[in-house]
Amino acid sequence: MFDFSIITQWIDQLLRGLMPDAAATVVECVLVGLALLLGYAVIALALIYVERKVCAWFQCRLGPNRVGPFGILQSVADMLKMLTKEIIEIKHVDRFLFGLAPYIVIIASVAAFSCLPFARGLQVLDFNVGIFFLVAVSSIGIVGILLAGWASNNKYSLIGAMRSGAQMISYELSIGLSILTMVVLSGTLQVTELVEGQADGWFLFKGHLPALIAFVIYLVAGTAETNRGPFDLPEADSELTAGYHTEYSGMHFGFFYLAEYLNMFIVAGVATTLFLGGWMPLHVPGWEGFNEVMDYIPSLFWFLGKVGVMIFVIMWFKWTFPRLRIDQLLRLEWKYLLPINLLNLLLMVIVVVYKLHF
Amino acid sequence: MLTIDTMQVDHIVARFPGTRVEENGPWPTLVATPEEYRALALFLRDDDRTRFDFLACMTGVDRGGEELGVVLLLESTTLGHRVFVETSTRERERPVLPTVSDLWETANLNEREVYDYFGIRFAGHPDTRRLFLRNDWKGYPLRKDYDASEAVNPVPLESEESPDVTFSCREDGGEEPRALFDDGEYVVNIGPQHPATHGVLRFRVALEGEIVKKVDVHCGYIHRGIEKMCESLSYRQMLPLADRLDYLAAHQHRHALCLCIEEALQVEVTERVKYIRTIMDELNRLSSHLLFWSTLCMDLGALTAFFYGFRDREKVLDIMEETTGGRLIQHYNVIGGVSADIHLNLTRRIKEFIKYLPPMLKEYDQVFTGNVIARQRMEGIGVLSREDAISFGVTGPSGRASGWACDVRKRKPYGVYDKVEFDEIVYTEGDSYRRYLVRVKEIVESLRILEQLVDNIPAGDFAVKTKPVIKLPEGRYFKSVEGSRGEFGVYIESRGEKTPYRLKFRSTSFPLVSVVPRLARGSKIADLIAIGGTLDYIVPDVDR
Repeated sequence: MFDFSIITQWIDQLLRGLMPDAAATVVECVLVGLALLLGYAVIALALIYVERKVCAWFQCRLGPNRVGPFGILQSVADMLKMLTKEIIEIKHVDRFLFGLAPYIVIIASVAAFSCLPFARGLQVLDFNVGIFFLVAVSSIGIVGILLAGWASNNKYSLIGAMRSGAQMISYELSIGLSILTMVVLSGTLQVTELVEGQADGWFLFKGHLPALIAFVIYLVAGTAETNRGPFDLPEADSELTAGYHTEYSGMHFGFFYLAEYLNMFIVAGVATTLFLGGWMPLHVPGWEGFNEVMDYIPSLFWFLGKVGVMIFVIMWFKWTFPRLRIDQLLRLEWKYLLPINLLNLLLMVIVVVYKLHF
Repeated sequence: MLTIDTMQVDHIVARFPGTRVEENGPWPTLVATPEEYRALALFLRDDDRTRFDFLACMTGVDRGGEELGVVLLLESTTLGHRVFVETSTRERERPVLPTVSDLWETANLNEREVYDYFGIRFAGHPDTRRLFLRNDWKGYPLRKDYDASEAVNPVPLESEESPDVTFSCREDGGEEPRALFDDGEYVVNIGPQHPATHGVLRFRVALEGEIVKKVDVHCGYIHRGIEKMCESLSYRQMLPLADRLDYLAAHQHRHALCLCIEEALQVEVTERVKYIRTIMDELNRLSSHLLFWSTLCMDLGALTAFFYGFRDREKVLDIMEETTGGRLIQHYNVIGGVSADIHLNLTRRIKEFIKYLPPMLKEYDQVFTGNVIARQRMEGIGVLSREDAISFGVTGPSGRASGWACDVRKRKPYGVYDKVEFDEIVYTEGDSYRRYLVRVKEIVESLRILEQLVDNIPAGDFAVKTKPVIKLPEGRYFKSVEGSRGEFGVYIESRGEKTPYRLKFRSTSFPLVSVVPRLARGSKIADLIAIGGTLDYIVPDVDR
């Protein structure tokens, strides 16, 4: 299987040959940053297109089909429109916080994005508490949303932000605990090791029952974490018009929009990494020929393919279910998911201690 | 329709010596003095022989530039009889009449409407603001001596302030300030531009966190003064206005107006016309209920379901369009019949549709009715008791969900509803989920009705000839039909001229809006949306 570290190391050596070490590090940082942002934007645009097509299929419509073949350039056109739109100055807002909020949201999601293992050897940040770091930075996004709602000086926005705060802090618990369950199984917090640990079988299969429970809880909580339907209360369009980003326009709104889609990608990416083997190909013990064929598929495709499936499931949720009410949402978390999660963690510990896993 | 018999009338007159009885309408009119009016109303509501618990229609009237008065149409839901009650005052500067808003809840907003149109204050009424017009409007437009020139009421360039204080009316007609919202309350506007109010309706909502404390309804954003316009239009000219009240029940509303005029003229329409009108009414109901289903799903966040409903509603609109030429508003009923014969494809396409829809309804149930989130969002939310439903005059599917069998098609059949078999869907719980279920099941009943009618349309003329100039004989007339969302009535007072002296539309959505503050109190913001969605009001019908 192709290892992307060959390429990265080649670039590294090339740069170090051309300039002093310190300069090479700076250049590498810039290159990595550019690559990340480019990947971020491209993935977001692709996801927006996919979402529009997927929901169109669900809804007996065609979706975008005018700009480019099958409308694939629609999101590019939308992006250009968004970039050229005026950012409307609103009276009575807290200028500084109002302007800051979208950047906090986008920074949180870019930072989390950089922790994902896209393929063998293709990962920006990889250190011994990688998954912990990912959970930590992705939570910063809440601050951005709260700020947006507070600084807008709009009652709808404030209600949306309050809902969002309550919702995300609650569901963060479930995400953290289900990730912890998998960390117990793998015995590591480092993202590469998490993936390597699944070379002989995905954690979803290795950890059987507790892993499956953790997977379902993670999916539910992850959907809630990204503020997507049926958990899209912070922006509930039929109640709060657009919730916390009601007052935003132009690219400031665009940042929230991009971050929403990228957060969905991140949630799906983490689910893939923790439960579905990351970029590891599907191997069935005993089927040597099958396994060899699977190995020929590049690891990047494996990762993106699995993420794609997860994203489709999350979109499926959104376009099928009605929206929950705030008390139902919190009840689901605190009365059901959290206790189940705690018990599940205990179950996983028992499984690991008595070596009941595969 | 039963009317109260002479013995009871004599009994009433003996008790209230100032009360006269007039027989100039389909039901007797009790003309009371202002002093006796309230006591008479109370007696009529509570006495075992009368039991008028439903205030079907309330209208103000300007008697020939001298007297200002109100006319109530009372109905008993238990005994089934009806009576008009009228009272008036000679005072034109500051006319005051006693309120009945504490006897029938629906009178609350109706009396505000009367004040808005005629300037009559109601002693004891808790809220003396105007309802449809701006608070700084000069004059009372439905008075006969109203000056409509633009010099009096120029087009205002400033937006209207919404004060937090209103005035309740004392017994002597004086005003007493009453706070609507306290300073510390977090007041949010839901509307007039809001995705879930389905039009330009505005609720001022006091919130405590997510919980709704108070709701104050503001109407009038799409007020067009249709009743005032009708007073200067001939009976044929006013027909298109009826379509524009509730655009999802355009056909039924126009049906009611035509029926009222035909009854006054004693024109008998052919059987064919009755069949066609009934078929069109039911098609209209189908399209309305399908739209209800779609928009409710959207309000509750299920967007995919929204498209399912609209896809199927489109087919109903196509069927209607072929015959009537209109999709939303049809302009099909005319006085004495319908404007054109049915299209050759009508029966075939209706039959196709009857086969097409039931599997789709199953799909609806799978995607929404049975969904656990949808059930939790609606069950036990916004419970309306039967007593409140009657007191607020909440008719139609919303009233039937509360256990009030109020279907005009069953109680006072018109068209050919007496010849078809269908069930009146009634639940007793009165919550949002039952309001939803009633409508979903009524879709099936409408299909049943269509199935029975579509093959049996008799031959005959599609319209009978009427005089070129229509003058209604002097008197008062009231006719109601079952609109898509309740009893829609037309009250006409004629003085034998080409134009009506007073015309009042009993709106179906008006009571639905008036009940929102009661239902939403103490619930969540999201419940307010669910309540509004399941009540299914149409704002142009509220504002008229």
